[in-house]
Amino acid sequence: MSQKLKAIIIGPGNIGTDLLMKMKRSEWIEPVWMVGIDPESEGLKRAREMGIKTSAEGVDGVLPHVIKDDIRVAFDATSAYVHAENSRKLNELGVIMIDLTPAAIGPFCVPPVNLKEHTEELKLNVNMVTCGGQATIPMVAAVSRVQEVEYGEIVATVSSRSVGPGTRQNIDEFTRTTSGAVEKVGGAKKGKAIIIINPAEPPLIMRDTIHCLTAEEPDQAAITRSVHDMVAEVQKYVPGYRLVNGPIFDGNRVSVFMEVEGLGDFLPKYAGNLDIMTAAGLRTAEMFAEEAAKGAITLPARGE
Amino acid sequence: MNLKGKKVTLHDMCLRDGMHAKRHQISLDEMVNIATAMDEAGIPLIEVTHGDGLGGASVNYGFPAHTDEEYLDAVIPKMKNAKVSALQLPGIGTLDHLRMAKDLGVSTIRVATHCTEADVSEQHIGMSAKMGMDTVGFLMMAHMVSAEKVLEQAKLMESYGANCIYCTDSAGYMLPDEVTEKLGLLRAELNPETEIGFHGHHNLAMGIANSLSAIEAGATRIDGSVAGLGAGAGNTPLEVFVAVLNRMGVETGVDLYKISDVAEDLVVPLMDQPIRIDRDALTLGYAGVYSSFLLFAKRAEAKYGVQARDILAELGRRGTVGGQEDMIEDLALTMAKEQGLI
Repeated sequence: MSQKLKAIIIGPGNIGTDLLMKMKRSEWIEPVWMVGIDPESEGLKRAREMGIKTSAEGVDGVLPHVIKDDIRVAFDATSAYVHAENSRKLNELGVIMIDLTPAAIGPFCVPPVNLKEHTEELKLNVNMVTCGGQATIPMVAAVSRVQEVEYGEIVATVSSRSVGPGTRQNIDEFTRTTSGAVEKVGGAKKGKAIIIINPAEPPLIMRDTIHCLTAEEPDQAAITRSVHDMVAEVQKYVPGYRLVNGPIFDGNRVSVFMEVEGLGDFLPKYAGNLDIMTAAGLRTAEMFAEEAAKGAITLPARGE
Repeated sequence: MNLKGKKVTLHDMCLRDGMHAKRHQISLDEMVNIATAMDEAGIPLIEVTHGDGLGGASVNYGFPAHTDEEYLDAVIPKMKNAKVSALQLPGIGTLDHLRMAKDLGVSTIRVATHCTEADVSEQHIGMSAKMGMDTVGFLMMAHMVSAEKVLEQAKLMESYGANCIYCTDSAGYMLPDEVTEKLGLLRAELNPETEIGFHGHHNLAMGIANSLSAIEAGATRIDGSVAGLGAGAGNTPLEVFVAVLNRMGVETGVDLYKISDVAEDLVVPLMDQPIRIDRDALTLGYAGVYSSFLLFAKRAEAKYGVQARDILAELGRRGTVGGQEDMIEDLALTMAKEQGLI
């Protein structure tokens, strides 16, 4: 019997579609449903063409099928406003929710930093922070695991074409969620996040700068080693995650300059911000599946 | 050019854009003294915040000598007639900063985005307008796109609740004809009750000429900076502009002698370096690069040995926008490696 966990994707936009394309290749997760709210939407059409069942009636449209289709995991790529309700309804049926919105009602998850904790405890809702968070928090953590970081600051620069209307209408949510996770997951005592949208053509590849101010003089050799190790960890699920410059040291400041190129599944390769979110979300679900297959965790019980 | 009888609101930038030139290190006393003297000289509106606006305090842009809150709280109670504005860039500052500014008595909020990205300002313009504040949409680096694109983006900001729209020449790249075309289209197509404004930089010495073109095209708010203290080669030098407007019969309500005293006695003495069009500032204007990149590029030159001018020209080629200061050190490192300097 296949050990793949069956999944639904909520939100057939850029993120949802990219996720679907990655999931089709996964050895651990099998996409079954794509859920939207507009029957005419391009995303639902694409999903149907890829042989996925679709519902245009939101999460409610798929609830009657959850047990029958043995759905175990859901990915929410809608908006923070509707996420809480989606999560509540699906959790009640024993479905693990991977939250790709900035709602952050569950704990933040940045796979190479803290995914193991969440799978061990079988968290029913984990939040994937933001694209900028996924790209930068591993670097903050790479410094903070060596020595105390008083202040962590990240600057994410993304191409205009890769930023959807949801992010644009609530850009504060990006800043707030990301800076919170720089502290909680990255391990900085205080966090700050800045996002810059650049409309250049051809579009620029996602760029991220990470500045950490360490409490004591930085241990340059240890931090450099830690940063390189962490880059390799992220590259396991985002091959286009590249260290461009750094770490450089200036007094207590440690700076790292990254570039994130995507796989080009749905949006072109410049949209590494999209890829790193979907790849991290999928990696998280795969970890739940692997742990369940090993018997290390027991998925929520199902009635009949 | 006949501007006789027109009325213009002059908006001073030396305590905000000037923060770039001072690496955000203006003291509270200096702020209060300069603002008080400008108030006395009849400047109606004075901008006070970190150079990159509310919440700009960061490794990336520089930590200021004091918080926005401290600056605003020190200056606003001292104003007799002048009002105080605050700049805010969505993606850097948040709605919490806006509420703080409102509580401290800021009257004007200017929400700034790159000239193609106005839709990130909906939350901030919306809230500022809802709080009853004078709300300005500030379209930066407006030289990078067509007049039609500026208009499209201006209409978005207007629809969110902005009562004034700025065409902002952040790179000091524009020449007078371009200002005429862009401001003229805004004036023709925006709601008649929406004010329009112009913010210039002096990197090609066009600050005054461009501002005159803007007034002729219908702008009623013009930014300048006493003694030109601002990013790059500074902003339109305000005391000079007042003298020109006096001669042209434009009403500003500003006393020329008093404002030139502020420039000479208070602002020039605190400059860390002369605000002039050196080869690097000239490159900003010539290549169309965000003016606050200047000192970062000079520091990168000092640290890595790559010419600031080359860094700035490359930043122009890459189409960098306001806020990408982190690109400067990154690019300098890459160029230094290529040139075998490190």
